[in-house]
Amino acid sequence: MGRQKHPQIVTANDLFEGDVIYLTGEGGWTRLHGDAAVAHDSDEAQRLLAVAQAQPDKIVGAYLADAAIDADGRPQPVHFREAFRTRGPSNYFHGKQAEV
Amino acid sequence: MYRYDDFDAEFVRARVADLREQVERRIDGSLTEDEFKPLRLMNGLYLQLHAYMLRVAIPYGTLNSRQMRQLAMIAERWDKGYGHFTTRQNIQFNWPKLKDVPDILDALADVEMHAIQTSGNCIRNVTADHFAGAAADEIEDPRPTAELLRQWSTDHPEFQFLPRKFKIAITGSPNDRAVTKAHDIGLRMVRNDAGEPGYEVIVGGGLGRTPMIGKTVRDFVPKADLLPYLEAILRVYNLAGRRDNKYKARIKILVHETGTEEIKALIEAAFAEQKALFQAPPQALVDRIEAAFAPPDFDNTQSLVFDRAQADDPVFRSFVETNVSEHRNPAYGIVSVSLKPVGGTPGDASAEQMRVLADIAERYGHDELRVSHEQNIILPHVRKADIPAVHAELNKAGLATANIGLLSDIIACPGMDYCALATARSIPVAQEIATHFDALKLERDIGPLKIKISGCINACGHHHVGHIGILGLDKAGVENYQITLGGDGTETATIGERTGPGFAAEDLIPAIEAIIDTYLDLRHTGEETFLDAYRRLGAQPFKDAIYDHRRDSARAV
Repeated sequence: MGRQKHPQIVTANDLFEGDVIYLTGEGGWTRLHGDAAVAHDSDEAQRLLAVAQAQPDKIVGAYLADAAIDADGRPQPVHFREAFRTRGPSNYFHGKQAEV
Repeated sequence: MYRYDDFDAEFVRARVADLREQVERRIDGSLTEDEFKPLRLMNGLYLQLHAYMLRVAIPYGTLNSRQMRQLAMIAERWDKGYGHFTTRQNIQFNWPKLKDVPDILDALADVEMHAIQTSGNCIRNVTADHFAGAAADEIEDPRPTAELLRQWSTDHPEFQFLPRKFKIAITGSPNDRAVTKAHDIGLRMVRNDAGEPGYEVIVGGGLGRTPMIGKTVRDFVPKADLLPYLEAILRVYNLAGRRDNKYKARIKILVHETGTEEIKALIEAAFAEQKALFQAPPQALVDRIEAAFAPPDFDNTQSLVFDRAQADDPVFRSFVETNVSEHRNPAYGIVSVSLKPVGGTPGDASAEQMRVLADIAERYGHDELRVSHEQNIILPHVRKADIPAVHAELNKAGLATANIGLLSDIIACPGMDYCALATARSIPVAQEIATHFDALKLERDIGPLKIKISGCINACGHHHVGHIGILGLDKAGVENYQITLGGDGTETATIGERTGPGFAAEDLIPAIEAIIDTYLDLRHTGEETFLDAYRRLGAQPFKDAIYDHRRDSARAV
């Protein structure tokens, strides 16, 4: 079991809509970062990534992103880029912040 | 304005049909993303941070009202009701859905537009002086050459897989508004001793991670020799340009590593060969293109309306001061419409604003519009007597911001609000700077000042050639902003100098204010511009001001 600094989640863009999506524990996809499946070690992270990459007809560009677990036990983004991806642009009330 | 011939129209339609089929095959799983990505990019379709983005080419930044209305329609029907005009004189739609893109491209083809050559390692959409055909200082309109370059470069079999992307900018004026010295090739119209117009050819300029000012490889190339001469440059680059390292693949690196004299010799040798082989475009085609850019029928009726409006209305006078430039015809003015309202997103226009601009261009502007690399819209031919009415119409649509060339006329790339490559945000920085200085009411006193912001090292926001340049980086998981000073994108092009360590977002505005205060304190007179003062004083007083300031208020990063 490999160690990693942060828990990780798998994120990608939806092939059809282009928007940000997160892999769930059932191997499906959610628009909500907090509902993403969390990998606590690198083996699990690689397993989740493989589940995502096996769905090229639904998603584009899957990758692992660091997460922090909040008081409710849900993953929250660590890096500001991932935080922006949960919301949408900051210049307009557009994207996820307006739609999800 | 140039109208498509049958060949152009069929070519663009065929490309849309190809992409339509490719999208279907991607959606049904026949194409993988690795196979599909280069195909969509050849049609301007990127996948960005939150959505797909479609980059639509506006060749040499020229549009008519019908095209602008179609862009408005696309923004409303398939996007979120706005478009973003870019530093490449293009427009980007930030929210298209994959399945809609072929329909969008068909709608563009309906008005003789497309998204070809807006991505990939080809010759990109040619950019031009946004005052072309109107500027008082111009030798000749360079757009017939730009259109010839468009036709020559589109699907040119030899230049589809260059080592890297290739950007050509062109101007017909000695005052360079097209940043020709920061392009792979810059073309500046000049006259030879016989008084004939031709081009000075500048090669190897560029911004990005290795900013370079282009080198003049020929002082004068006659118009008739221009295409074979450019083919010679591209052939040398195609064969000798580096393909081993993406970051060293632009022609600027080849020119730098080879040396200007050696590159000149290689180009001249290739040119001698190419000139003998070159088949000139048919004269009928050249004539057709020239005729398409003939000046409009100017109305020279004298009128006092313009002068009276300036005398009577200080708001209008202030607009004229900054947003109206001298036209080659003294009865006309060039109106620059700022897409930089204080606190707004630089370069964004709503569908409604696009329609207003189209209506004004049709009614008052000989049906012409331009997109500037500074992310504004230009009405190149407006009768002075009509400018007060145009101003009133613009004002109603929130488009009368009188700030062209001033502090709040900021270039900003989309940055991490949209772009997948960005390392930090740009737009909120532009918004904060504009809002902060608007409150101080200092903008007019500060005078000409170009602030340019990029959200990553690729420098789409031209920060290297901003009088004040700002580069957003990711420093250990926090947005951090480096400042450069003294950059210049004109005929006296200069790469700005970095002041030193970068600033956290909250320390950036105080640093910019310290730079401006230093300028205001040390300028000789109200006439000495920021850039002139910087050139006289050097970087030191500005560095002292921003880093002293920071010692007082925050810890250096």
